[in-house]
Amino acid sequence: MTGTATGVAAVLVAGAQIAAVAVGGPLLVGVMRKVRSHLEGRVGPPVHQPLLDVRKLFAKQRVRPEDASWVFGAGPVVLVATAVVVAAISPLATSHPPLGPSADFFAVVFVLLLGSVSLALAALDTGTAFGGMGSSRAMTIGALTEPALLVAILALSIPAHTSNLPALVRIGLAQPQVLASPERIFALGAFVVVILAESGRLPVDNPSTHLELTMIHEAMILEYAGPDLALVSLGESMRLTLLLGLLVNLFVPWGVAAGPGAAGVVIGLAALAGKVTVAGIAIATFEVFTAKLRLFRLPELLAGGFVLAVLGAVTALVVR
Amino acid sequence: MSNVSLVIVAGAGLTAAIVGGTLPAQARVRAAVVLTWGACAAALVAAATVLRTGQPMVLHSSQVLPLTGVTMVLDPLGAVFVVVTAVVALAATLYWLGYASHGLSTRTASAVLPLFVTSMLLVPAAGSVATFLVLWELMALSSLLLVLVDQRNREAARSAAQWYAVMTHAGAAAILLALVMLSAHAGAQTFAAIETYAVHLSPAVRGTAFVLALVGFGSKAGAVPLHVWLPKAHPEAPSPASALMSGAMVNLGIYGIVLVGDRLLGGGPAWWWLVVTAVGVISALFGALHAATSTDLKRLLAYSTTDNMGLVLIGVGASGLFATTGHPTVAALAMVAALLVLVNHAAFKGSLFLSAGSVQVATGSRDLDRLGGLMRRMPVTGVVFLVGALSIAALPPLNGFVGEWLLFQSLLHGLPASSTAVAITVPIGVAALALTGGLTAAAFVKAVGVGLLGRPRSPQAASAHEVPRTMQMGAGLLAGVCVLLGIAPMAVLPALERAAAMVVPGASAHPLQGSGDLHLAGLQDVLSPGLLAAGLALAAGAVVGVRRLARRRSRPRPMLRRAEAWGCGRQLQTARMQYTATSFAEPLQRVFDDVLRPDRDLDVSHLAESRYYVEKVTYRTSIGDAVEHGLYRPVIGAVQWWGRHARAVQNGSVHRYLAYGLVALVVILAVIA
Repeated sequence: MTGTATGVAAVLVAGAQIAAVAVGGPLLVGVMRKVRSHLEGRVGPPVHQPLLDVRKLFAKQRVRPEDASWVFGAGPVVLVATAVVVAAISPLATSHPPLGPSADFFAVVFVLLLGSVSLALAALDTGTAFGGMGSSRAMTIGALTEPALLVAILALSIPAHTSNLPALVRIGLAQPQVLASPERIFALGAFVVVILAESGRLPVDNPSTHLELTMIHEAMILEYAGPDLALVSLGESMRLTLLLGLLVNLFVPWGVAAGPGAAGVVIGLAALAGKVTVAGIAIATFEVFTAKLRLFRLPELLAGGFVLAVLGAVTALVVR
Repeated sequence: MSNVSLVIVAGAGLTAAIVGGTLPAQARVRAAVVLTWGACAAALVAAATVLRTGQPMVLHSSQVLPLTGVTMVLDPLGAVFVVVTAVVALAATLYWLGYASHGLSTRTASAVLPLFVTSMLLVPAAGSVATFLVLWELMALSSLLLVLVDQRNREAARSAAQWYAVMTHAGAAAILLALVMLSAHAGAQTFAAIETYAVHLSPAVRGTAFVLALVGFGSKAGAVPLHVWLPKAHPEAPSPASALMSGAMVNLGIYGIVLVGDRLLGGGPAWWWLVVTAVGVISALFGALHAATSTDLKRLLAYSTTDNMGLVLIGVGASGLFATTGHPTVAALAMVAALLVLVNHAAFKGSLFLSAGSVQVATGSRDLDRLGGLMRRMPVTGVVFLVGALSIAALPPLNGFVGEWLLFQSLLHGLPASSTAVAITVPIGVAALALTGGLTAAAFVKAVGVGLLGRPRSPQAASAHEVPRTMQMGAGLLAGVCVLLGIAPMAVLPALERAAAMVVPGASAHPLQGSGDLHLAGLQDVLSPGLLAAGLALAAGAVVGVRRLARRRSRPRPMLRRAEAWGCGRQLQTARMQYTATSFAEPLQRVFDDVLRPDRDLDVSHLAESRYYVEKVTYRTSIGDAVEHGLYRPVIGAVQWWGRHARAVQNGSVHRYLAYGLVALVVILAVIA
């Protein structure tokens, strides 16, 4: 393949993945809301309601608090931009994404962290108690989640001798027995805890609450309106989709295309959509039967995730 | 090889000091700054030559220092530290031009600051024990004077200087013992001679020398538990001096550890490096935790220096450990990572301290709870501080991220080792790195969010203005370095590889490959900082474009409206209702209560008429340094107790003194007989 053709393929695959995550993200949130509503005996809004909300919000006026600086407006932009970059390079539809060599797991984590930090800064820029409250809690949870996340990555990377995401997915495809190895199972447990915490789901944060004293994520974005709010909710749903997409491709890699071919990418995207939806339904179901934990009980949950991750890393070292 | 540039460094530096100490007030700072730039430029030339050719630059003179003479040998390892010092010094002195009127234009200050810079430029070039110790002491004393320079206006500076003086001299004593012990065994005092002789030393001597050096240099690097002076002295020094101390001086502590451990002794057993790694882990966590809970801006930065030096020590320790297990290439990679973290730290911490100084100049305070709203009032300083904060939080596309990534990778790939020590170290190291990273992010979200964003929390902050142009440029220069090294780290990595190859024998000369992307040699891990930066910029541009496009489609009306923030239906919110730095850190403080041990004090007073009505509630909370309270205060207390009781012996009575004489005589006679 010539250089230009490779470039075009890279842009096409990256574009397909970005589009899939950007459209699929709000749909996933819609599906999760629908599942919750059904289990709670309500009809619930239609599945595509979050997409309609985004369109509606984009047509509205932007409102900014009196004392906020440019940081307030930049927060949502950075949040979405980081999600777009991760969607472009990650092995979502294919295990050989053209920009895959750059998709290092640690790098992806730090890019996503940039999004969280920019939102936390924007929240403090509002100059209200709520912004600070949400920001403080989100950063605390983020700091405590980090060890579990990075050690879990270590547990996956030790046997593979690399932390390159596509390579990790390919190993799962080539040697399915790796998927049942103890370190992967421990790491899976750790990742689930991390994803619940990072994407603000129950029992860490209640995404549908507006009760002042329990809000975390909602407190941070309280001042956003119009297009900014649309970007925030889009960004958040994209991040959830990305995290779940990486989770399913790492632990259930079937369906992921082996190359950048068009047919493979389409099948890969369909498989991804199916797997992520199943994961989303599982989380929504779990949320119905779970109560939110007290903020100061959270360290115990996160420590549990960390212990699982360490067990994974140690197992990986011992088993080798 | 021309060694004239080393002479120029010393000459220009000393002239700057003399000029700064003698010229009248109007000219002295400018003249001193220009001459210091000359010294820095000469040092950069010397270091660049050494790094390009790989050949050390040697200078020997027996006239300057009596008995021993001066021996200077600038090798690639030292050259890296010289470059770092020179760049930080260039920025700090540029900043000094604007800052001078804020208590840093006295004769003493103008003489001592160039001296401090010059000594730091020359310490890594020292080639013999005597030369090294003289320059080291010069550096310690000049920095001590800089802490004291503004003591008339700042009560706390005096106590900070006392702590600093004691700690730095205790450290210098340990270094002196280590180096003198080595040179006594080797029978010569040049580093080259010690290096050749080191193989003949017994393990006990080698171990003792290394531990002494670790204590001495570790105290300079701010490693826990020898860090207590750092969060006192760095904040109290004037800001250009703080930037030099945190950006350049602490690095030399690391240089010393690498010099003694890897160069002079040629590496050592695994336990040395496990100790170094353990010290690194503890320092990183302790520093990050205190940074996350500090409310004083400069104290926060000082604690985060301890944290970053801990990260560097983790890299140095891992490098030594991997070398003992026979993996020189990974060892070299870990050393490159450690050096890169150090270089990055110099850039962002220098820029952060300088812009913190600007904030202090503009508002008269460095208490985060009295700042706020500065991003709109001081746009340049605000952005510079933000860049520094995002870099230190290891966020792409800035330089801190590249350093941490490399550190992670070196820890990950150090695993093919069979030793249990490595197998235990690696997960702990990664967990420590991760928690440190999270806490640092929280600390700097707090510093930026409470300090610069939101509403002004005091009248001074509300009326703040941007500082003089030179101060903005000084801090901005280092922020520019952060961006540059974040996008194109390959600009410095070859130099660091050369330095690491000197330290780790037998390593491949290029553990890192590629020009734009970073490839780890023989491994499939790649980092593309340029691609990530371009992708983020492109994506952000596209998102802004979409937001604009949506604006076009909607009805014509002002698209951006400013409104009062929501206050639960309550009108007229005040700045006091914002989250403060203390409240921001409260959840973390509660989670880590056992480590931080904060002092809490709750006073409730009741009305005179009825006990059921509360008149006033006073709540005070403060976080001291647990190491200081647990380790140092008891020792200080014991010394003071001894002093008080010893005083009772002398009460001025002549009879008693005569009795002492008699008793002493009897005792001596009894002993002799």
